[in-house]
Amino acid sequence: MTIHFVVHDEGDSVGVVVVEGVKAGNTLTGWIMDQDKIITMQALADIPIGHKLAIKPLAASDTVIKYGVDIGRAISPIPAGAHLHVHNVKTKRW
Amino acid sequence: MDLSKASFRGYRRENGRAGVRNHVIILPLDDLSNAAAEAVAHNIKGAMALPHPYGRLQFGADLDLHFRTLIGTGANPNVAAVVVIGIEEVWTQRVVDGIASTGKPVAGFGIELHGDHDTIMRASRQAKEYVQWASALARKECPLRDLWVSTKCGESDTTSGIASNPTAGNAFDKLYDHGVTLVFGETTEITGGEQLVAKRCRTPEVAAQFMAMFDRYQEVINRHKVDDLSDSQPTKGNIAGGLTTIEEKALGNIQKIGRKCLVDGVLDKGEAPTGPGLWFMDSSSAAAEMVTLCAAAGFVVHFFPTGQGNVIGNPILPVIKLSANPRTVRTMREHIDVDVSGLLRREITLDQAGDLLLEMMFKTCNGRLTSAEVLGHREFVLTRLYESA
Repeated sequence: MTIHFVVHDEGDSVGVVVVEGVKAGNTLTGWIMDQDKIITMQALADIPIGHKLAIKPLAASDTVIKYGVDIGRAISPIPAGAHLHVHNVKTKRW
Repeated sequence: MDLSKASFRGYRRENGRAGVRNHVIILPLDDLSNAAAEAVAHNIKGAMALPHPYGRLQFGADLDLHFRTLIGTGANPNVAAVVVIGIEEVWTQRVVDGIASTGKPVAGFGIELHGDHDTIMRASRQAKEYVQWASALARKECPLRDLWVSTKCGESDTTSGIASNPTAGNAFDKLYDHGVTLVFGETTEITGGEQLVAKRCRTPEVAAQFMAMFDRYQEVINRHKVDDLSDSQPTKGNIAGGLTTIEEKALGNIQKIGRKCLVDGVLDKGEAPTGPGLWFMDSSSAAAEMVTLCAAAGFVVHFFPTGQGNVIGNPILPVIKLSANPRTVRTMREHIDVDVSGLLRREITLDQAGDLLLEMMFKTCNGRLTSAEVLGHREFVLTRLYESA
């Protein structure tokens, strides 16, 4: 079974794409490492390797969780399966 | 991997430390002495020059760091003997005396009143003696606890935080249990994870020292930033690799200290630790600066996880590169010593990945050259604290 994305912890909002060539509409298999679980998601955009997809929907100003920890806030609504990066998430620092 | 009886074949130095390389270095005190140092290294096969751009009109803490870095580099157990060349003899002698305190062979040469030609001739004669003497030294069995291992990651992406940094952390956890001396640093790249590091400190005193270093660096950033650091941290390479915020980068970064080992103490830049365990060094997150400081502090082998493919090396400290990014492993194969991309495909476990890194560490310590060494990466970059006088 090909793993398309990896999630650290099931409480996280995001997964990381670990294969090249993910296209909008692809059905993706994800591995939640800490709980050793498999989930599936529909990609809403082309997502490069190493980039993140939202695995749960986020509203603007919601906190983004990865490693079980706050890594910043959404600056616009982000549906599950969307590409999540600097265009829709910012640090709360500096 | 059972490390209870593990050993490596190293070079036992005069002060009891164990090295894994046997370099004879030609160390310039200052920018003006690079030409002579490189000429000596050209004349004498087996000698290596370490050119750098600094050493004139520095003062105060910045000058102290300059001397500490040069002396520490010469004193590093991966170095068998040192020729120091400086524009004048007083500061040259200061570096010579610092290195000589380890008991290793070291000689200094000043250029003034001699000129480059005479200096190159005198220094080449000495370097030839050192190279032949060093070439007759033999590796001897050294217990694992004599090893000093540093880590710093670079051109990180999300695969660093998922796989290659946790691999270094897994290896650190295993080495920690056997009395190895370990270091990590990168003060600004802890931003967002500083409380997690503080919680891993062995005592409240160490946590307070760590937080003081962290807060001081934040103050430097706040003083000099134009808007925020988001143009530098994460770097453009980090963002291309999928890292979105400094917090995400920091949480990935601190995976390198594993899950169990505790931070036993903190170090100033280039400062040598006083005992085994895990140390935090206050340091820049720029790869070559940080690795140069690790070498100056006396570390002899380095774990360098990379995501997008940083190509760094160091003249005297073998840099073992590991990556979990399958594209980097494919497109930059010649730079990667340990491929842990199998972790992302669920083909290997973190424990197995840590063992792969440790196997490469032992091979490297026993003499196998790293990719960075073979490719000639000798980035020797001195950290400056402020402008010259």
